[in-house]
Amino acid sequence: MEERVLMKGNEALAEGAIRAGCRAFFGYPITPSSELAEYMARTMPKIGGVFVQAESELAAINMVYGGASTGARVMTASSGPGLSLKQEGISFIAEGELPCLIVNLSRGGPGLGGIQPSQADYFQATRGGGHGDYRTLVLAPSGVQEMMDLAMEGYDLADRYRTPVLIMAEGTLGQMMEPIILREPVTQFVDKPWATTGCAGRKPNVVNTLHLDPEFLETRNRHLDAKYKEIQAKEQRAETFMMEDADLVVMAFGIIARIAKRSVMDARKQGIKVGLIRPITLWPFPERIVAEAAKTVRRFLSIEINMGQMVEDIRLAVNGQVPVEFYGRIGITPNPEELTREIMRIAEREGF
Amino acid sequence: MKVVAKRPESLQETRFHYCPGCTHGIVHRLLAECLDELNLREKAIGICPVGCSVLAYDYFNFDTLEAAHGRAPAIATAIKRLLPDRCLVTYQGDGDLASIGMGEIIHASLRAENITVIFINNAIYGMTGGQMAPTTLLGQVTTTSPYGRTVEANGYPAKMAELLAQSEGAAYVCRTAVNTPANVTRTKKAIKKAIQMQMKGMGFTMVEVLSTCPTNWGMSPVEAMKWVGDHMIPYYPLGEFKVKEEG
Repeated sequence: MEERVLMKGNEALAEGAIRAGCRAFFGYPITPSSELAEYMARTMPKIGGVFVQAESELAAINMVYGGASTGARVMTASSGPGLSLKQEGISFIAEGELPCLIVNLSRGGPGLGGIQPSQADYFQATRGGGHGDYRTLVLAPSGVQEMMDLAMEGYDLADRYRTPVLIMAEGTLGQMMEPIILREPVTQFVDKPWATTGCAGRKPNVVNTLHLDPEFLETRNRHLDAKYKEIQAKEQRAETFMMEDADLVVMAFGIIARIAKRSVMDARKQGIKVGLIRPITLWPFPERIVAEAAKTVRRFLSIEINMGQMVEDIRLAVNGQVPVEFYGRIGITPNPEELTREIMRIAEREGF
Repeated sequence: MKVVAKRPESLQETRFHYCPGCTHGIVHRLLAECLDELNLREKAIGICPVGCSVLAYDYFNFDTLEAAHGRAPAIATAIKRLLPDRCLVTYQGDGDLASIGMGEIIHASLRAENITVIFINNAIYGMTGGQMAPTTLLGQVTTTSPYGRTVEANGYPAKMAELLAQSEGAAYVCRTAVNTPANVTRTKKAIKKAIQMQMKGMGFTMVEVLSTCPTNWGMSPVEAMKWVGDHMIPYYPLGEFKVKEEG
């Protein structure tokens, strides 16, 4: 029988990473991600892994750069301001094509912001975030089970595409406990002949991001672009709910998608034909599912814990076929009643 | 026929891009000779900085990584922790190590990371065209200290060997120069000693090498060598600042 345990989101994510073969964690304390580092600090010495509390976020992400270059599965986790500091390193990791897992237990900004859950780092996560033309694959869990599952899948995607994978989860998901099924540890790993492990028996390997020759620089950018296009073609993921006859589609990711799901059910009870699309990959954005829905539905409503970021991606995917509205809070995560009211307000106004 | 001199295996057969009179070439060769003599080429992993030696990955004949500016010690830390039997060498200039990378170098030394740092101190930013470095001497004219470095405007030049020797985690800290044949020999001995101590797991090791930048100093190569002896060594004294005993 599958083992079911009660687990906190941060710990489920850490345990998922370990079960996926993560053997090094480099981090710097920041609320609300510190429990993840604490779990790694307790566990890594017991399994022959590496835990280093770095002197800064800059050092932590560069330790990830170094650790990933050995071919090991490595990881860091932080939150808003810490992720901002990591961006230079993430740009280097993207161009160095070093697979790794980076976690943003996201909190509100700008500046020091607050420690409440937030989705205000959506732009930073989905647009690359640092300098240069790159993307990171971004996964958005909406429950504790997915905290574990997407950590494990994240490493597979990172290795398959030789790219950094970001998990963006609101602080709430890190803190809350749910019963989950513990997944079997991964035992098969891909070869990494590019790793810088010492050149015994082969020519030296180099991990480098400097390309002074302009034509070669363009070649490198075209190479990354081709990889990102392949990811966009193959890895778009979303959950759909009650979409068959929907007039109105609610779009939400992460924790707020679960709250919105309840509101969709409540509105259905009141006779409103409303459905839900929950992006699981924020980048690549599930634009095909959205574009397909836009052919039949009459209106979209993006619900986010920010001032309107994913709504821009929805509008790009909908491409003017139907109106796209936005409802957002920040600092405060709205409850189901609040979202049901917003759905009903739109439904009544539009005569759905 | 007896071979009396040859290119070390740890160097690739290629031409350096360095300016005439620049001492990076000397130090590259010394590091390569040490790795050859210690039979460590196949275990060596080098971390190159941002600075004039940014292209060192094209010159060394072992695994290398190019680092973000100042972050080489953090990168070396992670690799050494994951692969403890490898030989980790960072090669960093004064802007890289003593300015933007001050945090990383101090903490790598405090953590007693078993890595070897080759620190090239030529008192100026070379690659960006002669700006003031944290090691620029008082009175020295650079493009960003055009009237000469002053304490009031720019503070004091960083004495990194003295600073890092204070670290409990440092096993070996030495300052050498490559301005004379005798000093070149001493530099090689210091690099070798540092690498040997790293491989014994004794802790953090660093060799600061006083170097030249004739192009940005506005001197001939010979004048630059003389300037090291006349101006740099009096402020940056040579010698071993920390030698941890075995056991």
